[in-house]
Amino acid sequence: MKKRDYSHKISFSEGGPGDAGKTGSWRILRPVLDPNVCTPAKRNIPSCFICWLYCPDGVVSRDIPPKIDLEYCKGCGICAEECPTKAIVMVDESSFLEGVNKKPCK
Amino acid sequence: MQMIESGNVAAAIGVKLSKAKVIAAYPITPQTPLTEKLSEFIESGEMEAEYVPVESEHSALAICIAATSAGARSFTATSANGLLYMHEQIQWAAGARLPLVMCVVNRGVGAPWTVWNDHQDSISQRDTGWIQIHANDHQQIIDTVIKSFALAEEMMIPVMVCYDGYLLSHTYMPFDVPESSLVDAFLPPFNPPYSLDPSRPANLNTVTLPDVRPDVRGDMALAYMEIRYLLHKDMLDAIPALSKIDERYQSVFGRGGNPLIEPYLCEDADYIAVSLGSLSYHLRDVVDDLRNEGIKAGVLSVHLYRPFPAQAVAEALCGCKGVVVFEKALSYGYQGTLSSDIKSALYNSTRDRRERPFVLNYILGLGGREIATRDLYDALRFSCTADDPCNEETRWIGLKL
Repeated sequence: MKKRDYSHKISFSEGGPGDAGKTGSWRILRPVLDPNVCTPAKRNIPSCFICWLYCPDGVVSRDIPPKIDLEYCKGCGICAEECPTKAIVMVDESSFLEGVNKKPCK
Repeated sequence: MQMIESGNVAAAIGVKLSKAKVIAAYPITPQTPLTEKLSEFIESGEMEAEYVPVESEHSALAICIAATSAGARSFTATSANGLLYMHEQIQWAAGARLPLVMCVVNRGVGAPWTVWNDHQDSISQRDTGWIQIHANDHQQIIDTVIKSFALAEEMMIPVMVCYDGYLLSHTYMPFDVPESSLVDAFLPPFNPPYSLDPSRPANLNTVTLPDVRPDVRGDMALAYMEIRYLLHKDMLDAIPALSKIDERYQSVFGRGGNPLIEPYLCEDADYIAVSLGSLSYHLRDVVDDLRNEGIKAGVLSVHLYRPFPAQAVAEALCGCKGVVVFEKALSYGYQGTLSSDIKSALYNSTRDRRERPFVLNYILGLGGREIATRDLYDALRFSCTADDPCNEETRWIGLKL
């Protein structure tokens, strides 16, 4: 057997997408960012990025404005909760669906 | 430099010379003077390290686990129920392949409370995946601590350095303190292949599934069973690794040569007593007496208890008529654990059962019960002269019922 170094003799994982598949499909509420309220977008300087810092899945980028990777965002709402200017709101995922009967279930 | 000091201080100096960077420990008798000494070294600036006072042994080992994961050479020490309180983290340190060194100053475990010496504490941690080495005197304590860091870091397996509470921890003996610059050359700074690094974040020891699966790079990652198999395999490889480290140590410091087992008059012996720790040196007096009476007796001291050096033990014992195992611990409901290990080693060493020596087992000294040389003499003499000692079940020495 080839000699494995230490990092290969334990359970070891690095950050990266897709260990549990495209987890964006788990989402019920979608974070929607308003660039008119978001601090870095409004002032056009890299600042704040509280949403990036707090996202437990690392799907928020440090861009201006921050981008949220909806393929992997599970919709936990932590970014919306933490945003100091309330620039992120959680919107019902069903409102983004097309061709679906949006009448309430009987 | 020669010094006359206690076994605990010998251990503390060994840790200082090994340049451990993080010490986290909780005081417990009879280990306390060891950690006190280390805190004094650090407080006075004699030792450059972080001393973390903790609220429990579980936290002590948890801090050492974290510190080692971050790439710092770490040390802790405990005894008895403190060691048992660490049990969950002990298993963790082994599975996480962290090269910690811990001194276990052997003491009996409660209930009922005892603060005196036996081996039940470290023996109860036998199957956790730690290397366990028994030191028999002060010189071996200081040398073993230094060698253990080298062994742990080579194999990435934690090491327990066990020595007898009071009998060694609190008695004063002369020993040589190795030259600091020579220790530095023997044991270079800890430089693990991976340590926690904010620029290269990773999760360590994350949940595994029953089967292997690809990691984020698409490479097949080990599952639980593979990780545990590699620990076992590397434990076995630690036997020759320790021998090599001991050779290297001997070439620098002039001491060593018996890293696995230490035979005394075993070469031509008909009967060999076997023991762990300082008791095996005590037994040498008895063997000398028996030799004077014409009984060819010897003593085998087992230094490396896990991984068990089965081949070396079997080679030392095969050919004699009887093996008499003296133990300060047992697997309740069966027999002494060393006795079981020795029988297992002998069973595999020869197909012809007539060539196998009988194995007798004595339990003694639990909770610090005095071990009188006279009692050892009577037991060993009886074992060497009885007609059919094989039929005897585990015998207890000095029981007053």
